[in-house]
Amino acid sequence: MTPAVLAAGAMALVVLPLIGLLLRMPWSSVGGDLADHDALLALRLSLECSLGALAVSLVLGVPLAWVLARRRFPGRSLARALVTLPMVLPPVVGGIALLYAFGRRGFAGRWLYALTGWRLPFTAGGAIVAEAFVAMPFLVITAEAAFRSLDRRAEEAAATLGAPPGYRFRRVTLPAVAPALAAGAALTWARALGEFGATITFAGNFPGTTQTMPLAIFQDIEGGNSGVALALSLVLLAVSLIVLVGLRDRWLGGT
Amino acid sequence: MTARLIRLAAAAALPVAFAACSKTTTTATTTAAATTTLAVTTSKPALTGTLNVFAAASLTSAFNAATATLTSANPGLSITYNFAGSNALVAQIQQGAPADVFASADQKNMTTLVNAGLVDTPVTFAKNKLEIAVAPGNPKHITGLADLAKPGVSVVLESPGVPAGDYTRQVETQLGITITPKSLAPDVKTAITQVTTGEVDATVVYVTDVHAAGAQVTGVPIADNLQPSITYPIAVVKATKNPTAAQAFVQSAVSGEVQKALLAQGFLAP
Repeated sequence: MTPAVLAAGAMALVVLPLIGLLLRMPWSSVGGDLADHDALLALRLSLECSLGALAVSLVLGVPLAWVLARRRFPGRSLARALVTLPMVLPPVVGGIALLYAFGRRGFAGRWLYALTGWRLPFTAGGAIVAEAFVAMPFLVITAEAAFRSLDRRAEEAAATLGAPPGYRFRRVTLPAVAPALAAGAALTWARALGEFGATITFAGNFPGTTQTMPLAIFQDIEGGNSGVALALSLVLLAVSLIVLVGLRDRWLGGT
Repeated sequence: MTARLIRLAAAAALPVAFAACSKTTTTATTTAAATTTLAVTTSKPALTGTLNVFAAASLTSAFNAATATLTSANPGLSITYNFAGSNALVAQIQQGAPADVFASADQKNMTTLVNAGLVDTPVTFAKNKLEIAVAPGNPKHITGLADLAKPGVSVVLESPGVPAGDYTRQVETQLGITITPKSLAPDVKTAITQVTTGEVDATVVYVTDVHAAGAQVTGVPIADNLQPSITYPIAVVKATKNPTAAQAFVQSAVSGEVQKALLAQGFLAP
């Protein structure tokens, strides 16, 4: 078989399911299905939780990327491997691991629960933690690559002119890596938005508190309520396409 | 639960993969003389081929227990089960999943398939009762369903459409109480797992699920006058490629080895 035939096969593998989804889409009722009470709850919760996961990833992940790129310390390669582990770990395994760490009986969660009566599972906070666990690596690897490839002469020039480290980071380093950070943030957000396995395993599944769009899609398709499931799928497909189009120069080589 | 999604996708698209990732595949390898046979096949040759049985999650233990007997009596028969919430199984069969037999935990889900013309006339083969499952020793001192509506008691129930969840909501309405679950589970086995892992204090499942969970949970009975009518129908799926074995399995569920296994697990005769 020629490469062209195999290439066409590869395209078919990706494109045919999308066509299948669009062919089954009940276009006339999509609007009404999205106005369904639980669908609206899922839309709002997904937006809140994915933005929450993005915020956690930015606050914790950018400094981590900086440390990995700039500091030399023993075990740095191991740290780098561990940070990217959730990208290849099956999310459901991540969910179980989160449960055994931060669940009510988890080794850390039990102290939290005993001291405060508060726990992560079954709360939106749990969904944010699950999403951040899975999505943060996308930000860390993008940001780390940007910090590494940065021309350090600008920073050194700022230093010789007397700029303190914090000022240098804010006014010289950050603006230089901003485009890469924006791309990493978009990917992170999109991955958080689509998170399913870790969320349902760790955070649970209840409308308004933990039932994000992928969970609502799962429950609706299992319950034979395919209209709502397809309408929500369309939203997620559209968001994914918008993110990819927005990133095309960086990730797809642009034209 | 991702495994369930994978099964759903596989069942809809890839029969081979489906067989590989289902929970239980039993292929008889013994050639020893069969001492027990399916009731319907006593005077007929042994059953052969593969049989995909789509069954309500609450039937897991009973059906698995019957498999060894069925396959030792029919060495050429390979039974594969797909256990899930009855509503999920209905959705899979509607999508063309390769099912030979469907056993539901309620009449409503079976009726959906009957009305769609996808199954033969169903027959009721078992009855069940609801029961509250709590942590061993009942640390929260739960005595009845009303306690599950109290603040400070965390509960998981099954999703709308899953028979056990629908039965429970029916009793809630009858009692005039509102239980607000922390989470909605896709089937009874997932719900009871949330109790055994200690994430929630209680759930409502069937008496038989509490029985199957053994020492991992304590059961709190629900009064007989509150029990909804819980009947299990079973039917041959019209698209079956193995109608002989499918019919024999249905017969066995009504009055054969499968029925014996059901009674041993705490199900009631129809």
